[in-house]
This record gives sequence, structure tokens and C-alpha cells, in this order.
Amino acid sequence: MMNKLKKWITTENIVAVALFGYLFTYPMMNSAYRTMNMANFLASIILALSLALVWGYTGIFSYAQAAFYGIGGYTYAILCKNFAGPTLTPAFLLAAMAVGFLAAMILSFFMFYGGINDVFVALITMCVTLVLETFLQQTAGPQWKIGKAALGGFNGINSITKLTFGSTVMRDKNLYIFALVLLTIIYLGFRYMERSKLGYTLISIRENRERSELFGYNVAFIQMMIFSVAGAMAALAGVIYTTWGGYIVPTAVGMTQATIPVVLVAAGGKKNSTAVILFSLFYLTLSQRLAASGTQYSLIILGAILLLVVLFVPKGIIHSLFEILDEKVVNPLLNRSEKKGGCK
Amino acid sequence: MFSYLYQFLDSFSFLVLAVSGLSIIFGMMGIINLAHGEFIMLGAYAMTIMAKASVPLPLAIILAALLVGLFGFVVDKLVVCRLYDRPVDSVVATWGISLLLRQGILILLGPSLPGLTTPMGTFMVGGTSYSIYRMVLALIAVVLLVLMYWLFMHTRFGLHSRATMQNSATAQAMGVNTAQMYSLTFTIGSALAGLCGALYGPTMTITPTMGQAFQNDSFVTVIVGGANPLIGTALSGTVLGVIQSVLNITMGTFFGKMGLLIVAIIVIRVLPKGFSGLVESYMMKRKNR
Repeated sequence: MMNKLKKWITTENIVAVALFGYLFTYPMMNSAYRTMNMANFLASIILALSLALVWGYTGIFSYAQAAFYGIGGYTYAILCKNFAGPTLTPAFLLAAMAVGFLAAMILSFFMFYGGINDVFVALITMCVTLVLETFLQQTAGPQWKIGKAALGGFNGINSITKLTFGSTVMRDKNLYIFALVLLTIIYLGFRYMERSKLGYTLISIRENRERSELFGYNVAFIQMMIFSVAGAMAALAGVIYTTWGGYIVPTAVGMTQATIPVVLVAAGGKKNSTAVILFSLFYLTLSQRLAASGTQYSLIILGAILLLVVLFVPKGIIHSLFEILDEKVVNPLLNRSEKKGGCK
Repeated sequence: MFSYLYQFLDSFSFLVLAVSGLSIIFGMMGIINLAHGEFIMLGAYAMTIMAKASVPLPLAIILAALLVGLFGFVVDKLVVCRLYDRPVDSVVATWGISLLLRQGILILLGPSLPGLTTPMGTFMVGGTSYSIYRMVLALIAVVLLVLMYWLFMHTRFGLHSRATMQNSATAQAMGVNTAQMYSLTFTIGSALAGLCGALYGPTMTITPTMGQAFQNDSFVTVIVGGANPLIGTALSGTVLGVIQSVLNITMGTFFGKMGLLIVAIIVIRVLPKGFSGLVESYMMKRKNR
């Protein structure tokens, strides 16, 4: 028992407990406005985690997470416009996730069963995101309608019904708690997965596809399923965003939006979900401060972070910090010398 | 009928010029330069600024290409050369460069530069007028392909680069300085991107985001073409040119773009190595017979 506890104490776990403690007490310590703002960040973090799943764990670099995010948001919005009233919104949430799942599945079927990987996946997914954005931007006319929902071009879809469970409307604190619970479930799922058979399979695919194939794993199938699940996660984030703001616009789908999860995941530490969440909180808060004082430098900062991280800390800033702290502080304190196991 | 031919030549030259720099870098180094569109944008800016300072247009175009080539050399030395064996990381890094360039130019030079007018005027066929300059561009695209053929098949550089492409470790063992080859390739690829931007500069609005118009099409072309910069560029430029021009005329430019993407996704499912894989396996078969 004592030993197990001792093993459990690592920088990452201590930080994770503190982090989620902070997040769960956040609505009590802060105003409704700031809580609502934080709810938006949580949606971005879920989006970033969906990229961590495909990129960090499985080694598939995807720019299409923003596209699935948008597909989720738009699906939810279109359904809300077609069926008035809030009673069905939970079903719409599930429908949006299903559409995100299917869209990702179709795309990944062509990619992974076609045997393409690495750089080409990056290219194809980038093209998909670009085309989806261009498509949505030119849907301004009245001929672009799905049922009763006009797609609305640049202006997107506005005044969308908020997600409602029974009589509880997901706004302010409710939405925050809802998003936080989902994030916690996803995070715990990831941490559990890291130590399960599935996690090890993903790592083996990341490290060497050919070898995993020879060991008898159906690599293309696993890649496709993981990509699809990540698509559904991104769609979930899109629905949270849509219900948060009550609107969805093409820029939420576009290349700038696609940049953000890549930066968050790469700079935090793509193989470490705790690092991704922590870095996301830092970055999103910082970028909002910057945006308030003039937006034109925020893209420069994004670009510079990407470049510097790839060149100098390829593991990610926070992940590297975790490792240094483990080695220098935590292990000596606990008189522990062995290397930490698990999938890192 | 001529309008189809014109549209085809236009699409063909656009695709070939836009992709040549990207595909040389990809074919040699296995690296996709995501800042490719921004290199093209830089070429257009350099050309326009020089042309405004009354440098004659052809000279401005060549100087712009050289400048962007030089810039590519610096980028290679500072960033890309550390990432030769990490292709996915190089995608992320070059994307960072792309963001820096796009936003940097926006801050330095503002949201747009007053453009030039398309030179050389127009000619009439059957009551419709067509731009002469666009036909010249098609000619330049063909000349470029011929030049690339000569460079790769008949020079020492070509021999070394093909050896590096096939197996860099063996090439290195035989005395080819592969690091130098990579650096040279990246420089040439950047210069070609600059050339493309400089050539198209007079026909479009010069904005910091103009590179994205090239980016999507050139990525699709390189996907369909595969790793061989010569065969891939020529074949996929032709095939996609036909598809795009037909779609553009019958259904509009948006469906032209969509069509390219769908073709690309289907092609990678059927021919994962693109057209160059197809041609290479055909040539291998003929050799073995």
C-alpha cells in the first residue's frame, strides 16, 4: 500500500490534483463572467486533448481537428434551427458527435487504408480544413439552406438554442460544470488508457507502424478508430463552444483555429495530457490578455512558440519541466532511484 | 473550344509553377515546407516593390526569385537543417515560420500593396479576349519542366541528387555531401517558390495572405504527383489541370477547388505513391522483362 502510494507520487500527478482542484473550485472563487470565460477555455482544452490523442499518443499529425470542431458546431446549430425548443438538445449533442465521428471515419478510411501516413496526413487534413472554411464562407445566399437553417456565409449561424438537460439550461456555472465534468472524464480516460493494453498498442503504432503490423495488430483499423474518436471529441468541443456563444462562424473552423490546438499540444507536451491542460490554461489566459491589448502580435507569438519549441524542447515545455522536477526534486525526496514506468 | 484550352493552360501553368519548389524539396528531403505559400508571397512582394522602383519587370522577377532563394538558404541553415530526420516536426516548424512571415509582413507593410497591372495586353479569339501574359506563363511552366529535366538527368548535381533521393546513406558512403545537397535543394526550392510569386504578382492583389491561394493547390498537386519532382509535377499538373479547368468552366471556381481535393483523396487511396509511384513501377516492370 505504502509502496503503491509512493510510486503514485510524481510531479505530474501532484500537478494534476492541484489543477483539477483549482478548476473545480474556480466558480466559487470567481465571478460569473470569468467562470463563463473559463468555460470557453475548457472547450479549447477538450479540442487540444483530441489532438493529443491522435498526435501525441498515436503519432498521427492532424490539422483537421478544427474542421471536426466546426462540423460538430454546425451540426448542432443546424439541428437547433430545424427543431425549435430546447427539449431535444441533448440528442443534438449526440448527433453532432456522431457526425464528427463519421466525418473523421470517412476521411481516415481513405487515408489509413490507402497506406498514407506522417507528412501526407498533415497535408490532406490541412486541405480538408481549408476547403471546409472556404465552403462555409461562400454559403451566404438563400440557396444554402439545410431544412430551415441558412448557413449564412461569413456571418455564420446566430442565436442558437442553448444545450438544455430537462429544465437545466447550460449557461454560466452550469455550462462550466458540464464542460469540466466532461474534461475530467476524458482526462481520466486518457490516464487510464496510458496504462492499459490499448494505450500500449497506440504507443507501439506511434513508434513503429511496421513492427506493430507484424505483431498482428490491424494498424490501419486502430488508426481509423482513434482518429474517429478524436473527431467525435473535437465535435463535442465544437458543441460546447456553440452553446457557450450561441453562434458558430466559419472562422471557428478555419486555419487560425486549427493552429491553436497544434500550438497547445506541441508546446505543452504532446505525449502528456496533464501538460497539455496546464499549458492550455496558461496560454489561453495570456493570449486573451494580449488580444485585449492589440491582436496583431498574437499570431507572431504563436509562430515563435511553435518554432522555438520544435527546435529546442521537442518534448514540450511543461512535459520537460515535469521530467526535470521528477528527477531533481521528487525522486530524491522519496529516496527513489528507479525510472518511472508506464508509457511516456 | 479555345476557352477550354486557355483555361487548361492557365490551370496547368498555375499548378506546375506553384508546386515545383514544393515538390523538389519534398522529393529530395521528404520534408513538406508549410511556409511554401508564404515564400511565394515573399516573391510577389519583392517583385512588386522592385517593379515599383522602376526595375524592368523581367529583371525584377529574376531578382525576386534569387532573393527568396537566399532567404530559403538562411531558413535552412537556421531551422530546417536541424530537422532533416524529423519530417513531422519540420511540418510544425515550417508552419511556425509561415505564421511569422504572414503576420510579420502584415505588420511591416500593411494589409495590401497596390498591385501592378497585368502586362502585355490581350488577344481576341472568337469574340472573347484572353490575356497574353497568361499564355507566356504557360510557356514558362513548360520551359521550367524542361529545365528541371535537364538539371536532374544531365548534370552532376542531378546525378548526386537522384542518388541522395534513392538512398542517402549509400550516396554519402560514395562521397556525396548529402547535407550540402539538402541545403542546395532547399535553396532551389525556395527560389522556385519566389519565382512563382514573382510571375503571378502582376496578376493578383498583393496581400500577406495571398500565399494561401497557392498553398492548397500545390499541396494537392504534390500529393497526387508523389515523390518524383519531375514525373509527379508534370503528370499531376496535366491531369489536375484538365479536371480543374473543366470544373471551373462548368461549375465555378469553388467546385474546381473541391474537385481537386476529392481527386487527391481518391488518388491516395488507389495510388498511395501518386503518379510517380505508378510510373516507376511500370518502368521497373519493363526493365525486368
